[in-house]
Amino acid sequence: MAFQKPLLRTEDLKVYFYGRDKISRAVDGVSYHIHAGETVCLVGESGCGKTVSALAALGLIPSPPGKIVGGRILFKGTDILSLDEDAMQKIRGNQISMVFQEPLTSLNPVFTIGDQIGEAIRTHETISQDALDKRCVQLLRDMGIPSPEQRLHDYPHQLSGGQRQRVMIAMALACNPDLMIADEPTTALDVTVQAQILNLLKSVQEKASMAVLYITHDLGVVSGIADRVYVMYAGLIVEEGNTRQVFGNAVHPYTMGLLASLPDRKKRGKRLHNIPGTVPNPAYKPDGCPFHPRCSHAVESCKTVEPEMIPLEEGHRCRCPVLAKKP
Amino acid sequence: MALTDNHKNAVTLQVAGLKKYFPVHRGFFQRVAARVKAVDGVDFEIGPGKSLGLVGESGCGKSTVGRLILKLLEPDGGKIFYKGRDISHLSPREMRPLRQEIQIVFQDPYGSLNPRMTIGQSIDEGLRCVGLSKEGRKSRREELLEMVGIWPGAADRYPHEFSGGQRQRVGVARSLSVNPSLIICDEPISALDVSIQAQIINLLNDLQSRLDLSYLFISHDLNVVSYISDRVAVMYLGHIMEYADTESLFEKPLHPYTLALLSSVPKIDDTGTRGAHTPLKGDVPSPLDPPPGCKFQGRCPRVEERCRKEEIQFSRFDGDHWVRCWKASP
Repeated sequence: MAFQKPLLRTEDLKVYFYGRDKISRAVDGVSYHIHAGETVCLVGESGCGKTVSALAALGLIPSPPGKIVGGRILFKGTDILSLDEDAMQKIRGNQISMVFQEPLTSLNPVFTIGDQIGEAIRTHETISQDALDKRCVQLLRDMGIPSPEQRLHDYPHQLSGGQRQRVMIAMALACNPDLMIADEPTTALDVTVQAQILNLLKSVQEKASMAVLYITHDLGVVSGIADRVYVMYAGLIVEEGNTRQVFGNAVHPYTMGLLASLPDRKKRGKRLHNIPGTVPNPAYKPDGCPFHPRCSHAVESCKTVEPEMIPLEEGHRCRCPVLAKKP
Repeated sequence: MALTDNHKNAVTLQVAGLKKYFPVHRGFFQRVAARVKAVDGVDFEIGPGKSLGLVGESGCGKSTVGRLILKLLEPDGGKIFYKGRDISHLSPREMRPLRQEIQIVFQDPYGSLNPRMTIGQSIDEGLRCVGLSKEGRKSRREELLEMVGIWPGAADRYPHEFSGGQRQRVGVARSLSVNPSLIICDEPISALDVSIQAQIINLLNDLQSRLDLSYLFISHDLNVVSYISDRVAVMYLGHIMEYADTESLFEKPLHPYTLALLSSVPKIDDTGTRGAHTPLKGDVPSPLDPPPGCKFQGRCPRVEERCRKEEIQFSRFDGDHWVRCWKASP
């Protein structure tokens, strides 16, 4: 697939949020790409810019205070930052769709779920009410919701958390998009339901040969679903590669630190590795490498020189000049 | 679980047949229309310096158990023994001296500190209960802050000046201020970022070995529980489904629900290969309308006729491994 043009490519994307007296550099030069049918994960802690860099691809950055100050976002070769709102509307929901974290707040409580799934279809197609209902029922059935004909007339509060998320996914799939952006879709769910939703996503993705950009902070989920992974820290991608490279052969000290700090039974009795300090405020990022105040490998130059992405092996790159040199 | 008096005195906390039914009021006269069996016969014990992990999905009653032990809720049945003494029906006045011994660390470090009080004042509240002088309080406050890894000068600052991880450290310092021997940790790290979680887990572990604390560690995160606990109790709809040493529970899970939980946890696998697992079907049933017989029967892959009819007893499998599934009997 490597010879194909990627479905979505962002190049050096910069999204800043302008406050009264400070500028938050939420996304500060992020480049990522997704091929058709691929599952790509953006992983990082809260405030690292993973959601903002995905929302930019849908033109959903709240402006003001947010502003895309640099970079390009190419979807099927066209720069979607140059499109007007009408053209964007044709892409949004139709070719790129979105599943949000909290299904209860992203569904409208005063409309039935049939209305809401139908709205997604009617926005992009002219369709009779009969055909629309049939399509909604089929979508709900595909999502594994029992007795979909009745559920169509239910309101969101009548469904469980897992079912609501299934409805959200049904809405996202309503127009057979080429790319689905899923922003922490299982974070609010219990583990057994999370497993159901992840399996569902995998099966609909295979059926529709759709690409998925999956945003999460849960490294376990990433390892289970991703083809390729981008690790973000403080508005930058610090490491990228396929799942085997990032989890088995992490090079960046932040990725290594995150992996080592995960508790599990085999580490019982031993101290967990701990990354000292906290994530920097995006308005007051340290100079040089943003990770250097927390990094045990930092050298003098880390404090002043902003590191570049350094290629390691096929598809594996990392933003750490200190560790990348040592093979 | 029948226990001798000697044994009762040796454990820090013992809970036997604990029940809490919440009434559901309906209609004009607010009549009690139904009861939610949030906790329906829970047994476990925690030894001195030990940790018990209480795991389960949301709504299974694990936080209610924590609140019952603290006597923030009045139990509707069963007994709570703290160091051999039955505390299940103590009056608030009788409970007061015990409050110093049983403390809680809450989930949300943003909601559990008063934003109008400096963190020093928050910790002082506890120290006053112990009856320390002003001077004594100051030095103890500094000692506590240092113990949880916050520079002592921070006592004059307000909660909003701290990050989530630091606030959780303050929450821990606050609960330690009265020298407790049992701390109920109610999802203490779920609201924190991954890199901060490890800091708090290490802190809790260090404090445990230093102060010989017992923990009831309530969490939905099996990885964390498997790391921190000596024993684990798995809860589902108000029942304990399985109760065993961490090693045997994770090595040899007996209850189908435990098995399902363990297989649903996403695992980091650096080889890039993925184990296929079949997720459980359906959702947790509403606690208002639980199924008859075994509470797990509606989702259980091994369900049989007997599970649908009989209430299943909590029974010993071997040694200290308990399970609520008749099919697992030895």
